[in-house]
Amino acid sequence: MADTTADTTITASSEPSSRRAEIVAFLFMVAILIAAPVFIYPISVMKALCFALFACAFNLLIGFVGLLSFGHALYFGWAAYICAHAAKVWGLTPELAILLGTLSACGLGLVAGSIAIRRQGIYFAMITLALAQMMFFFALQAPFTHGEDGIQAVPRGKLFGVIDLTNQTNMYILVLVIFLAGFLLIYRIINSPFGEVLKAIRENEPRAISLGYKTERYKLAAFVLSATLAGLAGSTKAIVFQLASLTDVDWTMSGEVVLMSLVGGLGTIFGPVVGAFIIIAMQDNLASYGQWVTVIQGIIFVLCVLLFRRGVVGEIANLLKVKL
Amino acid sequence: MDIFGIPSQALFGQLLLGLINGSFYALLSLGLAVIFGMLNIINFSHGAQYMMGAFVAYFLLNGIPIPGMAQPIKLGLNYWWALLIVPFVVAAFGIIIERLFLHRLYNLDHLYGLLLTFGIALITEGLFRNSFGSSGLPYRAPPQLTGGYNLGFMFLPTYRGWVVVFSLVVCIATWFVIEKTRLGANLRAATENPTLVRAFGINVPRMITLTYGFGVGLAGLAGVMAAPIYNVSPQMGANIIIVVFAVVVIGGMGSIMGAIVTGFALGVVEGLTKVFFPEASNTVIFVIMAIVLLVRPAGLFGRTA
Repeated sequence: MADTTADTTITASSEPSSRRAEIVAFLFMVAILIAAPVFIYPISVMKALCFALFACAFNLLIGFVGLLSFGHALYFGWAAYICAHAAKVWGLTPELAILLGTLSACGLGLVAGSIAIRRQGIYFAMITLALAQMMFFFALQAPFTHGEDGIQAVPRGKLFGVIDLTNQTNMYILVLVIFLAGFLLIYRIINSPFGEVLKAIRENEPRAISLGYKTERYKLAAFVLSATLAGLAGSTKAIVFQLASLTDVDWTMSGEVVLMSLVGGLGTIFGPVVGAFIIIAMQDNLASYGQWVTVIQGIIFVLCVLLFRRGVVGEIANLLKVKL
Repeated sequence: MDIFGIPSQALFGQLLLGLINGSFYALLSLGLAVIFGMLNIINFSHGAQYMMGAFVAYFLLNGIPIPGMAQPIKLGLNYWWALLIVPFVVAAFGIIIERLFLHRLYNLDHLYGLLLTFGIALITEGLFRNSFGSSGLPYRAPPQLTGGYNLGFMFLPTYRGWVVVFSLVVCIATWFVIEKTRLGANLRAATENPTLVRAFGINVPRMITLTYGFGVGLAGLAGVMAAPIYNVSPQMGANIIIVVFAVVVIGGMGSIMGAIVTGFALGVVEGLTKVFFPEASNTVIFVIMAIVLLVRPAGLFGRTA
């Protein structure tokens, strides 16, 4: 993120009052999420939560390292496949299936990341996109993914062999816990010394190098973390919807997660969550309009880039003069 | 006659198919390279503009549908007219996009240009899919180019031969203009130092706009040429653009020659893979991209950034 003058979407100021604002906002978010399934169809909220975690994982890269990954569906989708396969064919308990899916995303992130971080900026975006597309074709042909059908009727099973996840409330609590754990982990990462180095790389990589940081390693570590958390989101999604399919690895999914983060606010902590809920609500309510959803998403993309580069949360944070 | 255990007809057939795909990769990555050189923007809507080219050719022949009117306006302009008109129509669309949106983004991070053009691609493809569905429309090759030649070792359909030759001519002409003429020299100078070039009295913003129009026009031209080979469908751009991105990464974005050579070469490699190892034909270009990045991060023809 070099030579940005008027653009403050990515650069956030750290003021003393910000920590308090963050805590208030976090508690507010948790309260809403606990109450949400009473008012909204729980499956919709769970879907939004999975995508919120996915968007937060994506935002860890673009917002805090300045790397635009245009192929994040790769980790989300493949983790979903591995998790679904483990739960359905190997009969693993849901927590082990999710763990396996997440680890597979971690491995993929390590391989793809070590190739992609060799270039920067838009090249990085194009490479991540191309690698994701390669895996899309692989998913199309590999026998265990069942091509166009995907892996259907994945059993939710019993958590730790005890808690029945076919119960909607239990499932919701699990998804909420996973989301909050992922969210807090990301918060912890960006506020750690490691996170400070990432921000330094975002602001001025040559200077970070001259200070003696092995920036490639930091970028790779951030990439792997982001991929792993995207995989956690994908695995959870596979258990909630009992489905892993080609749409999860398709490049339009990569575009959607970019849109969610952009709408909410790139580089803000809460932005991707808000963005995910807005986009999912929009898709669910406009589903009957078919292809118009794509057109509307495109228009939102254009408007966000031209007029609201800070996104919803970024604009609010700017108004209140706090970091969110 | 067999070569490596493969019937020569199949081998040469796939080679030709590879060359044809390569022509489109070359034309599209050339357009991307020209736009990137001047505007520093990865034109994600390039695939959509290629698709528009094919559709405009279809409209010129079969009539332009106007919303609210029962009958489309019949023009009946054939392939040759399309080849002449379409690049200008699509380029005009590109110029409008550049004037309305893109020129606001030049002082921002390049990523915003990518995101904006991605949005434009979504809008364009969504609108076309709404109007024409997902199944493709047929477009016939002009009568002058139907039929084919028996070369002895294979049968060469005339239209396909024409596509390879014509796109090669367009590519070389573009290369010549950019690398060997005064106009090209101005263009290259403006990418290096726009302020200085402006001081020489050259209208750099207009040059940028026209360059975008030219790059988009190339995509439109590729669309016209693709129409008789593939079906004219809203998805045709989305399918090809990511492969073209990979081609661009392999060739090295800075190089016009890189775009042309790698475009054709990778088409051929893809064709050969289809013969010897069909399962990998969709992914081979991406695998090559990964290997090239590991060995030469700047791409085969690129200068180290």
